[in-house]
Amino acid sequence: MDVLDLSRLQFGVTTVYHFLFVPITIGLSFLVAGMQTAWVRTNNEKWLRATKFFGKIFLINFAMGVVTGIVQEFQFGMNWSDFSRFVGDIFGAPLAVEGLLAFFLESVFLGLWIFGWDRLPKKLHLATIWLAAIGTMLSAYFILAANSFMQHPTAYTFNSATNRVELTNFFEMLFQDTAKITFWHTISAAFITAGAVVAGISAWLLVRGKSPDVARSTLKLGSITILVAAASLAWSGDSQARIMVEQQPMKMAAAEALYETSAPAPFSIFTIGTLDGSEPIFSLDIPHGLSLLATHTLDGEVQGINNLQAQYEEQFGPGNYKPNIPIAYWGFRFMIGFGMLAAVWAVYALWATRKQRTPKSKWFARIALTVPFLPLIANSFGWIFTEMGRQPWVVFGLMQTENGVSPTSTAGLVGTSLAIFTLLYGILAVVEFDLIRRAVILGPPEEVADPFLVDEETGERPLSITY
Amino acid sequence: MDLATVWFILIAVLWSGYFVLEGFDFGVGMLMPVVAKNEGERRAVLTTLGPLWDGNEVWLIVAGGATFAAFPEWYATMFSGFYIPLLLILLALIVRGVAFEYRSKLSNLKVRRRYDVMIWIGSFLPALLWGVAFANIVRGIPLKAAPYGNILYDGGFFNLLNPYALIGGLTTLFLFLTHGAVFLTLKTSGSIHDRAKKIATPLGIIAAVLAVVFLVWTQVAYSDKAATWIMVVAGALLWVGAIVAHKVGRDGWAFILSAATLVGAVAFLFWVLFPNVFPASNDPSLSLTIYNASSTEYTLQVMTIVALIFTPVVLIYQAWTYWIFRKRISADVIPSPDEGSLDYPEERPSVQVG
Ligand code: HDD
Ligand code: HEM
Ligand code: HEM
Repeated sequence: MDVLDLSRLQFGVTTVYHFLFVPITIGLSFLVAGMQTAWVRTNNEKWLRATKFFGKIFLINFAMGVVTGIVQEFQFGMNWSDFSRFVGDIFGAPLAVEGLLAFFLESVFLGLWIFGWDRLPKKLHLATIWLAAIGTMLSAYFILAANSFMQHPTAYTFNSATNRVELTNFFEMLFQDTAKITFWHTISAAFITAGAVVAGISAWLLVRGKSPDVARSTLKLGSITILVAAASLAWSGDSQARIMVEQQPMKMAAAEALYETSAPAPFSIFTIGTLDGSEPIFSLDIPHGLSLLATHTLDGEVQGINNLQAQYEEQFGPGNYKPNIPIAYWGFRFMIGFGMLAAVWAVYALWATRKQRTPKSKWFARIALTVPFLPLIANSFGWIFTEMGRQPWVVFGLMQTENGVSPTSTAGLVGTSLAIFTLLYGILAVVEFDLIRRAVILGPPEEVADPFLVDEETGERPLSITY
Repeated sequence: MDLATVWFILIAVLWSGYFVLEGFDFGVGMLMPVVAKNEGERRAVLTTLGPLWDGNEVWLIVAGGATFAAFPEWYATMFSGFYIPLLLILLALIVRGVAFEYRSKLSNLKVRRRYDVMIWIGSFLPALLWGVAFANIVRGIPLKAAPYGNILYDGGFFNLLNPYALIGGLTTLFLFLTHGAVFLTLKTSGSIHDRAKKIATPLGIIAAVLAVVFLVWTQVAYSDKAATWIMVVAGALLWVGAIVAHKVGRDGWAFILSAATLVGAVAFLFWVLFPNVFPASNDPSLSLTIYNASSTEYTLQVMTIVALIFTPVVLIYQAWTYWIFRKRISADVIPSPDEGSLDYPEERPSVQVG
């Protein structure tokens, strides 16, 4: 592999890895904040126990999100320095603002939340987790706005003297349609993921009879979160598809393995034959489906890969403008499929626990523990589809990926760092998985002293030492 | 003042903030084996950092982001040029952060000792390498122009390990060690406090010797401004003040003065550098300066407005956290140090499902 392939692989590996923790952090921070709010408002101890339990899982996950995030921030400069030069005028700003507005908020207020149980008044302590949660959302918005510029450059001019793009309107760049809808979709994905973490674990606890009072409530909370998020994903995904037809028609065509421009175009559910769907032996299609998805009309025209290739050659010169079609095609399907599977399970879980029923089946409990992985897989495929479907461009229509890589990088250097990151990330995955497993087995605490109750004799509150 | 200069100063401020705040994290991380002799003490030492370290590290993230936004050419050339040191720093920060967060989850003391080693290495490497990196920037690095105009780093890794830069590295290492000891003196009581207090003075003297060599070398060899002598003298005085304050038991003042010294040191290096940001040692015409490396005026304007509004807000709430956690910590506050927060009682071994 050459420097380009290795840099791409490194970016892909480290980013997908980072994004295993990100959606859990975003979604779970809100769910935990919700649990704590429920406790503060109702004084029902079960919500405090839920807060403590899921708070622990949240923090184990959060640590990994933080340490893997720093790698991302540095990597643009280390491996993609020509990309950084090219877009720096535009791309750096949201990254810097993200740090200033979001990362400080997240890290400082989480520190207060973790260590502040015995120092802050009750309401103020509750506010800290909400502020941290808002921080995660702000952070998502800014980074996704930066990413959206790569998908659909707006509010820029090209300066041919410096060979750079320059920002013309910050707010237009920040609030372009692509950014808004991507944010909505990604946040929904974060909620379906966190919902699955909460519901899956709770279902297991319920069957195992560990703190069933807590587990029943959190199972419901998690399942409903999954269902609402799934609806929101389908809606926002549909909007994204329509935007994509305008902005990156090649990606849509690749997602459907649609080789020739068609009107009406069918939606292919899956296909057997060649991996890239070029010679289907069997394929299950919804007639008019793609036209409907892409244009919201039954017979709308959708452009095909070959036609687009010809058009781009004319526009940008000779070259290959097709992304990896099997990955786009299957990535799209796996995203939807795995995510929606979680929703199906959530319906079943709600039904199985209706009216205080408690499922006894050990298979129900086992399957429940796999549920958190479904949206995680869907997320990864969603990103792989989004990013690889954009290829060969790193900034769509403006810069090809091969021109963005650091000219000073060597295959040895990038290969070594890739190997080290992969190894380290692998070890850390094992460590963190083991901790989460233990936290789950331990279950919610049987009882928790009210952390805000002052001891009459000593005048002190229970200590909250975590380190 | 033009906006490029404003951003040059702001980035210096961000690095100062980073050195002051994560500087003591690094120091504490390295001093742990010396000041803490048992598990309770080790956990007490880590608890002084617990609520703070992540917020401190964000200063680095924002410094990086701000460099990217305001001086993309500098960000690109420096980060791709200093590949190996940055990689080492990244690995160190990963390992250290995870070790902080996971160390006390389980009661297995062997695993905890392993995490202690990770905390030590994760604190040592960046403390040394930041100094090496900054010294190399001030000294100048070999650069070349790519055919299409971009300025690229043109030296290997070992080029970075010259004597001057190594002195720079040792200087930050010992400054951070002292700063950490001063912080622990301020934040702990009992035996940890006493050990930290004892060790701070010798560390401070070693740091002083190194710093004088480094600063004077910098001034004589790399500064084209006589005025920067002021900073050399100011830095030395502040450091002496810190050591004296420490000696006489004014822990708060000692910490403020050692923080001020670090700010002064960063200010000095940036002042020497100005208006260069990444000077070429081989051919000054290739140097990246605040003018040829900066973003457009418009981007700088937007960023300035954002920074003016939000930096004070951040400073206020971060300072407030320090206030909330101002109480001294000692080993007695850790009730049962060997216990891990994720240990499940062995009498409930039924971990199978169903
Ligand atoms: C949709 C959301 C999202 C996306 C696409 C990314 N991140 Fe992220 N990142 C977060 C959402 C997030 C978060 C939720 O805010 C995290 C996760 C855990 C955490 O601590 O904050 C975070 C942490 C995090 C941190 C550590 C912050 C700290 O110390 O508190 C950094 C430096 C980055 N990220 C940088 C990046 C970069 C450069 C990305 C682009 C490739 C990126 N992230 C993708
Ligand atoms: C602001 C956010 C992001 C930016 C700026 C960004 C930028 C990039 C860049 C520069 C590359 C290398 C060029 C390439 O091979 O495509 C890349 C590739 C990639 N990114 Fe993103 N990315 C972002 C977010 C994400 C996220 C959150 C994920 C998912 C977890 C992701 C997944 C990938 C993958 C899988 C690749 C490899 C694609 C390939 O090898 O073809 N990206 N991205
Ligand atoms: C009916 C269901 C869905 C549709 C129609 C849909 C559609 C899309 C489309 C078109 C994109 C690409 C956007 C682009 O490249 O510009 C995308 C990306 C993505 N999808 Fe989905 N999606 C659906 C369900 C899901 C589910 C269930 C998940 C996760 C659990 C998910 C997670 C993601 C993620 C993380 C991305 C990458 C970020 C982004 O570009 O928004 N999607 N989706």
